[in-house]
Amino acid sequence: MKLTLEQVRHVASLARLSLSPDEERRYATQLSAVLDAVAQLQELDVSGVEPTSHATLAASLLREDVTLPSLPAEKGLANAPSKVGTRFAVPKIIE
Amino acid sequence: MVLTELSMLELAAKLSSGEITSLEATRACLARIAQVDGQVKAFLRLDEKGALAAAEASDARRKAGNPASPLDGVPIGLKDIFLTEGRETTCASRILQGFIPPYDATVVRLLREAGLPIVGKLNMDEFAMGSSTEGSAFGPTHNPWDLERTPGGSSGGSAAAVAACEVFGALGTDTGGSIRQPAALTNTVGLKPTYGRVSRYGVIAYASSLDQVGPMTRTVADTAALLQILARHDPLDSTSAKVEAPDYREDLEGGVRGLRLGVPREYFTDGMDPEVEQAVREALKAYEHMGATLVDVSLPHTKYALATYYLLATAEASSNLARYDGIRFGLRAKDAKGLKELYGLTRERGFGPEVKRRIMLGTYALSAGYYDAYYLRAQKVRTLIRQDFASAFEQVDALVSPTSPVPAFKLGEKVADPLSMYLMDIFTLPCNLAGLPGLSLPCGFTKSNLPIGLQILGKPFDEARLLRIARAFEREHGFTRRFPTL
Repeated sequence: MKLTLEQVRHVASLARLSLSPDEERRYATQLSAVLDAVAQLQELDVSGVEPTSHATLAASLLREDVTLPSLPAEKGLANAPSKVGTRFAVPKIIE
Repeated sequence: MVLTELSMLELAAKLSSGEITSLEATRACLARIAQVDGQVKAFLRLDEKGALAAAEASDARRKAGNPASPLDGVPIGLKDIFLTEGRETTCASRILQGFIPPYDATVVRLLREAGLPIVGKLNMDEFAMGSSTEGSAFGPTHNPWDLERTPGGSSGGSAAAVAACEVFGALGTDTGGSIRQPAALTNTVGLKPTYGRVSRYGVIAYASSLDQVGPMTRTVADTAALLQILARHDPLDSTSAKVEAPDYREDLEGGVRGLRLGVPREYFTDGMDPEVEQAVREALKAYEHMGATLVDVSLPHTKYALATYYLLATAEASSNLARYDGIRFGLRAKDAKGLKELYGLTRERGFGPEVKRRIMLGTYALSAGYYDAYYLRAQKVRTLIRQDFASAFEQVDALVSPTSPVPAFKLGEKVADPLSMYLMDIFTLPCNLAGLPGLSLPCGFTKSNLPIGLQILGKPFDEARLLRIARAFEREHGFTRRFPTL
């Protein structure tokens, strides 16, 4: 499976990664090789096999529906690269 | 005997008798780190003040005859993946440089409550993605047995620090072998408990259906003692199992007489280092002499495990790592115009090459048109791999295999070739896909004095039996009291 540069750019955009032209070329080659290697899964007949999402979880564990204290705002904001009052600041989204 | 070469339980006995204080033991660790860590580079950061304060508090408890746990006062190190309140945690990534967690991970809280001084944070592959610790944004860790070689990964800093006697034990995490493979490469004991056995609250997520926290120590009994502190239900982690933990030390000396040990055919492949194979075969013979029965078993879907793992792990990683967006914590690209560019540039600058590669692969596998062919199919093959183990465990009590196909390789040797690096995990990662417990213990050395590891895999929540099997070998043929010269 050979990935085109176009496909690499599309995936990078979905993943919110800005890649340099050099990275785009490198990942096209490396990801193509990995996809070739994982293609062996296509050999198996998996019709009628149930997918496993969690290996040993018998059932979803739900906790009691009780209110517990959450992180105070000042602690939650302590690592913010930019903030205004008790809010995270981001670049302008709407023109 | 040098103080820092004591096992955790040996030190605990001396703390208990008053022969040594925790303050002395902690200072001895700090002195040892000052002496050797310039070469090993296991630590990303020390917390001298915090460790010494915890040691002092422990000594006061011991003096009052009121220790918080059997390991009260024994200094330990933490992989930098565990959140530590008020102490920088980076997961060895630039994107988290300067991040000060607002709370402790549950396992960190349990260690503090048990009285273990935390000496510092240990190096790892960035976001636990790697098998050599060369993926760290802050430079590689060196194997104390041969400084030109890798200690394995991703918990390479934890393994190297324990092997080099810089700390008495450490915590690591294991998603595809990240505790067991570095344990094998450094002559230490590493346990990946059953999925759900140990809380992951406050542990930075890589692949959530596979990640598990575990102890890394120099003896089997130490691993049992540390697991005793960690194994409990945590209401803050919805994947934490409500399964009572047994006394892991109770039956530790019970031996292997009458046990049936499975030898999986598919784990003795071409391409395995002949010295590794020989050491493992000798260990199998030793188990037979000790009264176990060896049973030839087959895990027919083993050859599909690597592909399955890399699709599922990267898909989960691409989702988990979406939170590093430059908005709430960590690095932010200051010169970005608009939100999308801020995301893109922040992540471009913050993540290293392996992390980007895995995000790209995972995003691709989950993207429209490819989900069924890759992600869903991998989940179905995961079911077949689980079924292989389930049928094997109908015939045997545990499985025994090599941990890593090769001993420690040279730093830089596999960096340029992701596929050959991924092959380092072929014997360890099927266990994560099936959610089983797995342990690696030292079983020999190559002619050039590189450690070799033996892997024991068990049924869900059967850690006590794995420890007993490991202890039997350690007692009769053990290599766990050999130390590197530094």
